[in-house]
Amino acid sequence: MKVKVLCRNPDDYVRETTRDIQRVPRNYDRTLHPFEVPREYTRALNATKMERLFAKPFVASLGGHRDGVSCLAKHAKSLSTVLSGACDGEVKVWNLSRRECLRTIPAHEGFVRAICSRFCGTSFFTVGDDKTVKQWRMEAPGYRVREEPLNTILGKAVYTGIDHHQSEGTFATCGQTVDIWDEQRTSPIRSFSWGVDSFSCVRYNPVETELLASCASDRSIVLYDMRESTPLKKVIMKLRSNTLCWNPMEAYNFTCSNEDYNLYTYDMRYLETPVTVHMDHVSAVLDVDYSPTGKEFVSASFDRTIRIFPKDKGHSREVYHTKRMQHVICVRWSADNKYVLSGSDEMNIRVWKANASEKLGVLTSREKAAVQYNQKLKAKFKNHPKVRRIAHHRHLPRDIFKQKRELRDMKEARRRKEQNVHKHSKPGSVPIVTEKEKHVVTVVE
Amino acid sequence: MCFIYIYKKEGSDDERKHAKLLEAISSLGGRRRKKHVERSEASVQVSEFSVTAGGAEEKINLCDLLGTMEKTPGAPSKTKKQLRNLQNCKETLELPLSKQQTEKVGIQRTVAYEKSTKEVSRWESVIIQNQKAEQLVFPLKQEPAGPKRMEQVVAGWKAQTPLEQEIFSILHSNKQPVLDPVLTPMEKAAIKAMSLEEAKIRRAELQKARALQSYYEAKAKRGKRIKSKKYHRVQKKAKQKEFLKQFDEMMKTNPTAALEELKKMELSRMEERMSLKHQNSGKWAKSRAIMAKYDESARSAMQEQLQLNKELTQKLVVPSDDEEERRAEEEANALPDFVNEAEPVPDSANPWMRGKLTSEASGPDVSDVAAEPGVSDVAAEPSSGQEGEQHREEEEEEEQEEEEEKLLREFERKRKLRRNEEDDLAPQPREERGSEWSLPASVVLIPHHCRTLNTSLIHVQFDSYNRARHLNQFVQLYVAIKREPQRPEPLKKPIFPPQSFAEQAAIIKEAFAGDDVISDFLKDKRKQEEAGRPKVVDLTLPGWGEWGGVGLKPSRQKRRKFRLKAAAAPPRKDQKLPAVIISEKRNASIAAHQVSQLPFPFQNSAQFESCMRSPVGQTWNTQNTVKKLTAPRVVTKLGAIIQPMAKEDFLKQKKGPEAAKQGAIPLRGTRKKGKKKDSR
Repeated sequence: MKVKVLCRNPDDYVRETTRDIQRVPRNYDRTLHPFEVPREYTRALNATKMERLFAKPFVASLGGHRDGVSCLAKHAKSLSTVLSGACDGEVKVWNLSRRECLRTIPAHEGFVRAICSRFCGTSFFTVGDDKTVKQWRMEAPGYRVREEPLNTILGKAVYTGIDHHQSEGTFATCGQTVDIWDEQRTSPIRSFSWGVDSFSCVRYNPVETELLASCASDRSIVLYDMRESTPLKKVIMKLRSNTLCWNPMEAYNFTCSNEDYNLYTYDMRYLETPVTVHMDHVSAVLDVDYSPTGKEFVSASFDRTIRIFPKDKGHSREVYHTKRMQHVICVRWSADNKYVLSGSDEMNIRVWKANASEKLGVLTSREKAAVQYNQKLKAKFKNHPKVRRIAHHRHLPRDIFKQKRELRDMKEARRRKEQNVHKHSKPGSVPIVTEKEKHVVTVVE
Repeated sequence: MCFIYIYKKEGSDDERKHAKLLEAISSLGGRRRKKHVERSEASVQVSEFSVTAGGAEEKINLCDLLGTMEKTPGAPSKTKKQLRNLQNCKETLELPLSKQQTEKVGIQRTVAYEKSTKEVSRWESVIIQNQKAEQLVFPLKQEPAGPKRMEQVVAGWKAQTPLEQEIFSILHSNKQPVLDPVLTPMEKAAIKAMSLEEAKIRRAELQKARALQSYYEAKAKRGKRIKSKKYHRVQKKAKQKEFLKQFDEMMKTNPTAALEELKKMELSRMEERMSLKHQNSGKWAKSRAIMAKYDESARSAMQEQLQLNKELTQKLVVPSDDEEERRAEEEANALPDFVNEAEPVPDSANPWMRGKLTSEASGPDVSDVAAEPGVSDVAAEPSSGQEGEQHREEEEEEEQEEEEEKLLREFERKRKLRRNEEDDLAPQPREERGSEWSLPASVVLIPHHCRTLNTSLIHVQFDSYNRARHLNQFVQLYVAIKREPQRPEPLKKPIFPPQSFAEQAAIIKEAFAGDDVISDFLKDKRKQEEAGRPKVVDLTLPGWGEWGGVGLKPSRQKRRKFRLKAAAAPPRKDQKLPAVIISEKRNASIAAHQVSQLPFPFQNSAQFESCMRSPVGQTWNTQNTVKKLTAPRVVTKLGAIIQPMAKEDFLKQKKGPEAAKQGAIPLRGTRKKGKKKDSR
């Protein structure tokens, strides 16, 4: 006969060693812990407040250039190395962790238009206003040895942009034409032109590595395939695009920064309408760069701010500005997804955190758990008005704030007018044009 | 590589000086020869090193040439004529070649574009998968942990010493990997055959199958060990049922096998008929028969035996056209509900009820039987008796006995249910949630001391209410109850234990002595309704446009003109709920914290609310759950460079044999982690 007795398993309460934490049994019964929603709401609100409280994105400013910074480039293999070119033709190599300039190279006469690092990280290329493409060694020359380029290619026209292939020894430049070069040759292996116009930017697709895209001054974005003899397609927009950047995790998506204050994300398979129109800037957008995770991108604008957009949202999640920062010309997202670098007119390179309130450095497991819980709460309650208000609030400089308001009014007025025209005309004669369709003029095949 | 340096600063200086000099000289002459052509931007067509010809942009026309032609005497008159004719000719030719060429290029472009689009579209599945992923860990291609092979660490390493060379020669002869591939041909083949994910899936499947098997085995073992005869009997019956089902199937699919089965069954039937096994004639059965008078279980056991006999000796019927119905019947017969359930008490006394049970699934309860006309006991509750009488009258009127009966039963059941509810809720009647407030809940709101009224009357009231669904009636009834001289009787079914009930009742009576809660409530409700109704605004000004003064009223016309009637308010939510007041005022202090619009991904408010309701924190969830719930969408590693997606990693399976040739696992041993940034 079996006698039922009360028993406790010592495994449930005895520690294996005295260094273990005491096991505290917990009762998760909801009735014992009432008001779960209000309590979590309060926590979410506090977490949001704390996030804004700790949002100090500015990390460092790297000074040393003697003219506006015209271009930036990341090192392909080293996180702490950054290259920058200035309007006076100087190229500087920076060490980010020590925040100091390692090398200064008088590279070009006139502007340094663009820099790119080779995929292996042993050398980098610069193009400038003096119609040359120069290749430089990444290591500094020895003491008392003059800085000399590894290689110089003399062109016939000014080059405005350069980008290197992801894994092969070819690179692309743009100027009056888009040229594909072999590193071993002094003349381009392929040269694309479609109408006579000058190009401002050319970028390789980092995933489908044979594809390229460029921005031209006839307001068009042109797609190329390195293996073909002709360009693929071009889309002409209302205003000119300054730069573009491919999404490193999505082979067919790219984002271009436009003169009309907006950025446009395109799917290269459907160029008729952009996938998303990103608006928030109040002046021309000059540069754009994707985060290495492909979830967000950062844009630099003439309105003296940089903004971070989620790739599928129409509005920015973050805006960075300082009193001293002037027109931001170039911007890059660091390869570890932690920092954003911006180069601006007033000769400084600034380092920002990609997540303004993120704590840097190693976190303990409890800290990590708390951060994750708070993130989750913020996401859960993000639609509640009080939380939303705090989370969305950003201080803006007065002129930008006013300009933003003005733009909003203008847009509203335009929208109202369109509505009125639509309302008072014959049905069907005035079609409703969505925001996405408005900005594309035509697609040329 | 050649180094090209161009120092032409001095040279350009000289040129500029020369140009200046020329300019000065020409200006001395007083007449400028020609405007200089300025070039603002360098172009491909014009070389930088050669000077542009002046007037290069001016075109030479035919007429320019003609003028000189006329003057030259040497030219033949024939050509002059021809030229003149040409000049007069207005027709222009179309541009022939270029169009063809452009067309050709256009076709090339479209073809190339389509090709590249196709190529790019291969990524779609990967991208969508990543978008849907709960968590993405970057860098996407994680290096395996643990020590690495020598070959991976040292790139471009070669055997140099004779010993090394010897070792490598042996390795070569045994087809062992020497340098970069690291994997033996066998391993390579294995990897090629199955990717990691496939292998994982397969392993999971195998594990599941094994687990299921073990569960099944364990279950069988457990079943075998159970001693209960009843259990096994039930099992057996279930098996039989299953078998019957299978048999039906078999009839359709495999008639010969079915025939054999049929024969077997026939045989068993014959055996049964021959034997006295289930006839209640054995020793055990006799003993049971003696016990049956007193013992219920014995009775049921005997009954079962008889049933078994009946079943076994039943002749098998070959299913005919109305097979469906039969089968349904059979299913009902094969395993009656009382096998699993506790037998209802009155049935067990009467073995004849058994047959009924199967034919009439939802048999009447005891109380229902009692409530039926003719059978109804007067000794039952007076309320039911009254009801019965009432309904009997109705019956006579409508002359539809069966329907009436059904209805009656319904009413009776509902009433009973309600009474039970009341009894349950009596101790804390206000626990009901607001959302569940509906008509039956109105009972709940009627305060305690109402209980002291005649319960039967209340029931009548509610039934009639149910039937009529009319507020007036309800109130009238209520008034009727109030006016009744009859003093409150104690309840038939005490809610409280008998000794305390009297006390309780006394206390309640005392506490609510002067209260008339129901009428208060109704008044309150009416007041609220009044307040919610839009009011008429009177804007008449006495003396405006006519004589005014003491005793003079503005004319009716004027009053009518200046009395503004607002539009009727929308119907109140509690309009049809007599016992409820629903406040329609928006609480501003709470509204500030509430979400006003349904956020995007949610389809309806219920979804959103359920999402909000489930807590995330440690207080309510176990540690593992919290970990799962709060896992971030994107995880990045500190100081690791995140490379873009690589074609060879993600499009491996689709490429097939070509990719496999290149090496299924691309080794990227040279990829190093970036130098870690110092924390600031």
